[in-house]
Amino acid sequence: MHERLIGFRTLLQKEVLRFWKVSFQTVGAPVLNALLYLLIFSHVLDRHVTVYGEIAYTAFLVPGLVMMSLLQNAFANSSSSLIQSKITGNIIFVLLPPLSYREFYAAYVIASLLRGLFVGAGVLLVSLPFVELPLAAPGWIFAFGLMGGAILGSLGVIAGIWADKFDQLAGFQNFLIMPLTMLSGVFYSIHSLPEFWQKVSHINPFFFMIDGFRYGFFGQSDVSPWLSLAVVSLCFVFLAVLTLAMLARGYKLRA
Amino acid sequence: MTSPAIRIVSATKRYGSLQALAGVDLEVAQGEFFGLLGPNGAGKTTLISALSGLARPDGGVFEIMGYNVVSDYRNARRNLGVVPQELVFDPFFSVRELLRIQSGYFGIRNNDDWIDEILENLDLTAKAGANMRMLSGGMKRRVLVAQALVHRPPVIVLDEPTAGVDVELRQGLWQFIRKLNRDGHTIVLTTHYLEEAEALCGRIAMLKSGKVVALDTTENLLRRFASHSLAVRLDRPELAAASGGVLAANGWAEFPLDRYDDLEPLLARLRESGAKILELRVGEADLERVFVEVMSRA
Repeated sequence: MHERLIGFRTLLQKEVLRFWKVSFQTVGAPVLNALLYLLIFSHVLDRHVTVYGEIAYTAFLVPGLVMMSLLQNAFANSSSSLIQSKITGNIIFVLLPPLSYREFYAAYVIASLLRGLFVGAGVLLVSLPFVELPLAAPGWIFAFGLMGGAILGSLGVIAGIWADKFDQLAGFQNFLIMPLTMLSGVFYSIHSLPEFWQKVSHINPFFFMIDGFRYGFFGQSDVSPWLSLAVVSLCFVFLAVLTLAMLARGYKLRA
Repeated sequence: MTSPAIRIVSATKRYGSLQALAGVDLEVAQGEFFGLLGPNGAGKTTLISALSGLARPDGGVFEIMGYNVVSDYRNARRNLGVVPQELVFDPFFSVRELLRIQSGYFGIRNNDDWIDEILENLDLTAKAGANMRMLSGGMKRRVLVAQALVHRPPVIVLDEPTAGVDVELRQGLWQFIRKLNRDGHTIVLTTHYLEEAEALCGRIAMLKSGKVVALDTTENLLRRFASHSLAVRLDRPELAAASGGVLAANGWAEFPLDRYDDLEPLLARLRESGAKILELRVGEADLERVFVEVMSRA
């Protein structure tokens, strides 16, 4: 195997091992959280709400919860790994070797994506006993799962590099990622919102990720999945270029 | 012609209002044991950071074994091993896992034979399976040395590797580093323990305020900047001044000696002045005196 590929693969393996060694906390806990959401919301709302005419609320909720967990954990992986490494100083072990900034970016984002997919798959698995889910167009599920994980993995790299302290990272998570996720239609269809908030939802890229992902299950969505894919792809390209530019400059890493 | 192990030309680096490097020129030949000394804030760590790619210099050229650290960073970094000053570690992994990971970053797989040899030499074999969190400070320091060596770099930079390390470990570490130097590795050492630098380094550069203020072989530095000294306790200390001595406490007086040849005439002068020598000590020139002298002149 080529030397450069070994370097990249090692960094990727190390990042995967980092969360896998504490999978109880990094995979198990978010799956349990999502399960609690599911049990509580479905118990309260299932008999009162249907979406897109005939879809039961619990069935509608599951893809949203899967995607929300996937996105949040993809973000948590790269951001927490980088800030821990920066604060403890062990980031130098990644900066001293002959790894390019592109290899660095790819390893962190793919590891984040993998954690997101593990958690998403876990949430889906534990939900199955409670709900009957159709699979109208599985290709969309994969497309939006991969793109969403990569977007949040990139955002995690940006936040991890930018933040100097844990509370700055928590601010990024609590004041940006969390509101964008919660206001993206995880728990509702935006058609149930007043017109103003429907318009606001259309400037939230997380809405397009979740709406497109949900289309893969039901074959129905608030907006066309092609539009969602276009928005999500543009979003990914923008963040990838931004992150790569930060890494190429050595922003906050190579002072 | 063989390229130097390290070549630094006109290196500059500024952090805000602080000029950390103010035009450093330095060349270290392959196989040298080189010392980089200076007070805190002199620019030693900045220089090492710029050399290893951890910091971006504002200007100048940095080369390792002929490879530019910016334009040919992959080759430059493959040729360099750095032992950082801070005691940093990744708490998720065992010692062996960390060394395998570090090998992988440098594109090396199946490196266990060399890893075993390093562990053996650094007396870490028994700790190979231990998580980094479970190790003492001294053990962690050894792992940092091991991590810098996994890719067998021809140039090794040690940034204060013995800070806070006990005597036994220090001795063991120097024995191993000397062996690496005998095997052809170029060693660059920064330390505040000047007796270590004096004993180990063939050549020394002293930095102050981001500039090289002295650069020579250790022998020449000792010869140029520090003299020997004679300390005597006299029955009549007041007679010392007439022979060029400086009075110290408890009847002792100190006399500078450029050469040992000057000792006999000095003792004769003291006898002639009527002073009786009660006790006598000859002080060797040492790097600490050189350091103090150079820093006060710079």
